[in-house]
Amino acid sequence: MLIFMLRRLGVMAVTMLCLTLVVFYMVNLEPNLTKLALSQMDMRATRADQEKWLERNGYRQNFFVRYGQWIGVVKKQPIINPATGNPTARFTFCDDPAVPVYSGVLQGDFGCSTKFRETVAKKLFPALGATGVLMFWVLAVMVPISLLIGVLAGMREGSRTDRTLSVASIASTATPEYVSGVIFTVIFASWLGWFNGSAASASRGITFYNFTLPVMTLAIYGIGYIARMTRASMVEVMTQQYIRTARLKGLSFSAVVMKHALRNALIAPFTVIMLQFPWLLTGVVVVEVMFRYQGFGYTLVEAASNNDIDLLLGCSLVSVFIVLITQLISDVGYAYLNPRIRVQ
Amino acid sequence: MQIEYVGAFQIIVGVLVRFWPVWLALAVVMVPSYVARRRLGLYGQLYDSGVGLAGVGICLFWLFTAVFSATVSPFDPLAQIPVMKDALPGAIDANSGQVYLFGGDKLARDVFSRMVFGSRIVLIIAPAATGFALMVGITLGLPAGYYGGKIDSILSFLANLVLAFPVILLFYLLVTPGIMDTPIPYGLAGVFFLFPIVFFSVLFWTRYKNRPDRLYILLGLTLVIGGWVYAGLVFDADPLDIVSIAPNQLNIFVAVVFASSPGVFRIVRGLVMDIKTRDYVAAAQTRGESPWYIMLWEILPNARGPLIVDACLRIGYTTILLGTLGYFGLGLAPESPDWGTAIKDASRLLRQTIHPALPPTIALMSFVLGLNLLADSLREQSMKD
Repeated sequence: MLIFMLRRLGVMAVTMLCLTLVVFYMVNLEPNLTKLALSQMDMRATRADQEKWLERNGYRQNFFVRYGQWIGVVKKQPIINPATGNPTARFTFCDDPAVPVYSGVLQGDFGCSTKFRETVAKKLFPALGATGVLMFWVLAVMVPISLLIGVLAGMREGSRTDRTLSVASIASTATPEYVSGVIFTVIFASWLGWFNGSAASASRGITFYNFTLPVMTLAIYGIGYIARMTRASMVEVMTQQYIRTARLKGLSFSAVVMKHALRNALIAPFTVIMLQFPWLLTGVVVVEVMFRYQGFGYTLVEAASNNDIDLLLGCSLVSVFIVLITQLISDVGYAYLNPRIRVQ
Repeated sequence: MQIEYVGAFQIIVGVLVRFWPVWLALAVVMVPSYVARRRLGLYGQLYDSGVGLAGVGICLFWLFTAVFSATVSPFDPLAQIPVMKDALPGAIDANSGQVYLFGGDKLARDVFSRMVFGSRIVLIIAPAATGFALMVGITLGLPAGYYGGKIDSILSFLANLVLAFPVILLFYLLVTPGIMDTPIPYGLAGVFFLFPIVFFSVLFWTRYKNRPDRLYILLGLTLVIGGWVYAGLVFDADPLDIVSIAPNQLNIFVAVVFASSPGVFRIVRGLVMDIKTRDYVAAAQTRGESPWYIMLWEILPNARGPLIVDACLRIGYTTILLGTLGYFGLGLAPESPDWGTAIKDASRLLRQTIHPALPPTIALMSFVLGLNLLADSLREQSMKD
C-alpha cells in the first residue's frame, strides 16, 4: 500500500511538472507576451516600448531559465538599472527582492500578479477560500439529493418512480451550468424575485438570498450524473443473492434496503463523486463569472484574459493538484471501502 | 414609430408553421421507420420505447432544422432592424410584415432566426469533432489496450495529462485570438487530421493485403479523398477551393478534439483489454493474423455497442463544450449566432430583458437531452441482447 501511494505521488509530481511546463510554454507565446505588455502599458505604447518593457522585466530571458526561476531551482535576478548600475526589484508592488535569491514555488513564492498588482498568494488563497465555501454548500446539497434519487430509483428497477427519476436525471445531465444558471435566474430572480441574481455581495456575507442560485446552478448538473451512477449500482446490488435471502427470511422491504443494500450500493458513487471534482472546477468558473462571485474561477478568468502569467500558473497548479489528488483519494478510498479489493 | 404585436397564441402557431419543412421531413423519416421498425435492427428497436422515440425525434428535429435553416428562419441571423431593438416576442416588422416571433435582442436581430441558424453551427462542429475524437481515441486506444506494456504506459500517461487539465483552462490557453498567429493550432490539426487517413489505410491494408484489386482502389480512394480534405483543412490549400475552414473554427475544432479524445482513448483501451481475452481473438492469433488485423477486424466490431452509446453522449458533451466556448467568448466570432454566444450576450442583460436568453438555452438543453435519451435507449437495447 505504501509503495503504491509513493508511486502514485511520484507520477503526480511528474504530471504536475509536465503540465506546468506546457502552461508556461503557452502563456509565453509571442502573442500572449505582446498582450501582457499592452495591458501593462498605455494603449499608445509603440512596438519598441513594449519590447523594452518585456526586456526590462526579464521576459526575454531563456525559456528554461525562467521556468527554473518559477519553480525555484534557478536564482531570480533583480533588474540592474542601466544608468546607475544599482539593482532594483522587478515588481515593486510585490516586494520582489533586490538581491538574487532562489524564490519559486518550491520556496512557497508563487510570483507576482501583474493584473491585481499584488503577490499571487495574496490573491489566490482568499479566492480559493471563497470557492471552498461555495463547494461546501454545493456538495452539501448535491450529494444527499443525488444519493436519495439514485437509491429511490434503483431499489425497484423499471417501476414508475424509477422511470420518472431516470428521465429527470438524464434531463439534469443535459443542462450545463450556463443554461441552468440563466433559467434559474429568469425564474427565481426575475419572475418570482425570491433570490438575488448576483452573488457579488456574498463575499461580504453569505445569505440564503444571494447564495441559493449559484449553489443550485452548480449542483444540478452533478446531481443527474451521480444519481444515475447510484441507480446503476443500486440495481446491481438488488439482484444479488443476499438481498433475496434477506427478503425470503421475512425482512420488510425497507429494512432490506436500509440495512443490506444501501451500504454496498454506495461504494461506487463515492468514486463518482470524487471524480466529479474536475468537472465541478469548470462549473465553478462558469457560475462564478455568471453570478460575479469573487472566487477561484473568477480569478482564473481574469488571469487568463489578461495573460497574467504568474497568477495563471498558480491557478493551473492548484486546479491540476485538485484533479490529481481527487483521483488519488478516489482510488485509495475505493480500496478502503471495498474489502474485496483491499485483500488483493 | 409604434410597433405592433401579435398575441401569444399567434406566436405559437407562427413558430409551428415556420418549422413546416422540419415537420414534413420528420414525418417522411419517422413514419416509415416506425412501420418497418421490426426489420431495421438496432435503429428500429429505438422506436419501441418512449424514451428512444423521444430521443430520435429531438435529434432529427434539430438535424432537419439545421438542414432547412434558411427556409425556417424568416430573417437573416445577422441583419439588424434598428426599430426592433429589445422588441418583445411577437413584434411585427413593418417593412416585411414578418414577425419577430421570439422578439429582438440588444442588437435588434431576430432571436428566432438566430436560434435556428445556431443549430447549423452546432450540428456541424459537434458531430464532426466527435468523429475526429473517436478516430484519434480508437487509433491510439487499440494498440494501448492490445499490446499493454510500454506503449500503454506512455499513451495512458499522455491521456491522463490532458485529462488532468481542467477543460476551461485548456480552452483559455488553446483558443485565445493570439494563438492563431502561432503554428500551434495548425500543428495540432495536422496531427489530428492525419488519424482518419491512417486509420482507414490500415483498416483496408490489413483486410485486403492479399487482394490487390480491391486494396488499390480502397487505399487510393482513402489517400485521395483524405489528402484532399487534409490539404483543405490544415494548409487551406485545396486545389478546387471546396474544402476550407476559417482559422478560428479550425482552432475551436482542434481544441474540442484535443479535449475529448483522451476520454475515448480510455474507453477503447478498457474495452480492448476486456475483449482481447475472448476465444475468437485467441483463434485469430493462432491463425497467424497480424496484430492490427485482430485489433481492427476482430476486436473493434465487438466493441461497437458501447462505442456507439459513448459517441451519442459525447456529441452532447461536445455541444456543451462548444456552448462553454461561446459563453466565454472564445474562438467564435462575437456576432456568431451559435447558442453559447447567444446565451453569453443575453445573460449579461438578464436584469433588463429576459426573452433573448430563453430560446438558445432551451435549444441547447433540448438537443443535448435528445442525445442523452438516445444514448440511454441504445444502452437499454444493447443490454437486452
